[in-house]
Amino acid sequence: MVGKTGERPSRDALASRLIQACFLVSLVVVWYLAATRWGVNRLLLPNPLAVYDNLLDILQSGEFIDDLNTTLGELAVAFAISVTCGLTLGYLISRSSYWIEVFDPLFAAIYSIPIILFLPLFVLFFGLGPPSKIALGASISFFPIVINTIAGFGHVDRLLVMAARSMGASNYHLFHHVLLPAALPVILTGLRMGFTTALLSIIGSETLASLAGLGHRIVHLAEAMEMARMFAYIVFVVAIAVTLNTIVSTLEARGRRN
Amino acid sequence: MVTAETAIKVRGVSHQFGVEGDRRFVRALADTSLDIARGELLCLIGPSGCGKSTLLNIIGGLMEPSSGIVEVRGQHVRGPLPADIAFVFQENSLFPWNTVIENIELGMIFQGVAKSERTARAAEALEAVGLKDFAQHYPSQLSGGMRQRAALARALSLQTPILLMDEPFGALDEQTRMILGEDLSVLLARSRKTIVFVTHSLGEAVFLADRVAVFSARPGRIKQVIAVDEPHPRKPEFVTSAKFTSLRNELYGLLHDEIRKAVQQSAAAGTAPAALGRA
Repeated sequence: MVGKTGERPSRDALASRLIQACFLVSLVVVWYLAATRWGVNRLLLPNPLAVYDNLLDILQSGEFIDDLNTTLGELAVAFAISVTCGLTLGYLISRSSYWIEVFDPLFAAIYSIPIILFLPLFVLFFGLGPPSKIALGASISFFPIVINTIAGFGHVDRLLVMAARSMGASNYHLFHHVLLPAALPVILTGLRMGFTTALLSIIGSETLASLAGLGHRIVHLAEAMEMARMFAYIVFVVAIAVTLNTIVSTLEARGRRN
Repeated sequence: MVTAETAIKVRGVSHQFGVEGDRRFVRALADTSLDIARGELLCLIGPSGCGKSTLLNIIGGLMEPSSGIVEVRGQHVRGPLPADIAFVFQENSLFPWNTVIENIELGMIFQGVAKSERTARAAEALEAVGLKDFAQHYPSQLSGGMRQRAALARALSLQTPILLMDEPFGALDEQTRMILGEDLSVLLARSRKTIVFVTHSLGEAVFLADRVAVFSARPGRIKQVIAVDEPHPRKPEFVTSAKFTSLRNELYGLLHDEIRKAVQQSAAAGTAPAALGRA
């Protein structure tokens, strides 16, 4: 509860950051050497400098904006659906130990199967456009959210509930001052996991069957054999994903502290 | 100390968990009747699983008895009575996400006490239990004994005429509970509250109580009530007096066979009786 993290990083942590950075840099160096000196086919592995030029061109021309909007739009709608359904259903189910016993194993079982298998079905139902990506992203990210919401609200220490009741807590008081703070850390983890899986599944499904979006763009460039530009888009998507995940993790950590 | 006026009236209260015939069916409490006078400190003592915590929760309106009636200050108990009754539980009943002072104020927030009065009452309660300097600490930063002091402060701040304490020092080491017991005796002699105190420590019962109600093994019923005629606050020397020793021995005699019975019951059922009695 007190800020042990957030104090100055120790020397060990600094050293491991350094090793991580060195690893990434040497990866790029190996890539560069493989493309220029070791004679790897340029169609398979473009020169990293060419990739860099392409990345600059993509950013300056702004041609990425439509695809980015498509992907982020799908992500936003999918996540909004799974958060709304996951939190609501999770809370309602958590109110009865009977419903927890019924639904918790069921959701856990469904969560363990690869829902991406249903993508062809979603494409048949909703077409090649964004709706099928939204359906996939929402149904995949629903499960970590609902499971963690049930776990969070369903396992609040009974003694704390009794203590609150004995002091005259109303239902609103109980929710606001006991259930919510007790459940919040677990729910936030579920939201973060849901967000990450939604992002992965939406970009992934765009590479399989789509009309637009960042994933679609990458496959399109691969089919046109424009490898340097394709790699540039991959770098761009990785940067977007890392940024979004960092934001969500930061929000999670901040939410836990309050 | 004991006045004639009755604060808590328990009439024919029985309680069972589960449905008869079921494997987990437990008859916890059988046909218990008891009068607790205003300003009295009554200890409930008995073997694990005898239903003494169950009785306390029923008096406080946290559980509904299978049969029987409880009246608190003349009114039939059908649910929690936050204006009349405050609880101190065994341990970890403080909200871990709140500081000590927030924990104390929260009970008053539930009851709609105004902000300025909350602050004053919380400070007063913290002072009374000697935790003035720990207001901004989280429960996880306190020792077990300090946490129980904080829980007691929370109960005191509610200014109820009745205090129900469910093995409040049960999880503490012998020395800490001795000191807390002495402090409690001083504090309560001043407040003149009506207190029901569940314990399984013979010494604690004799040291604190005006009367001790001894329970039989499950299904619990009151076997005997022993009066401890000694003014409050109790002095530490009381523990070494002949009177203390003879009362403690009397309790031991009453309890010994019941504890044996309870242990045999739990061995037969293959379960820990404490797990059933709690709740």
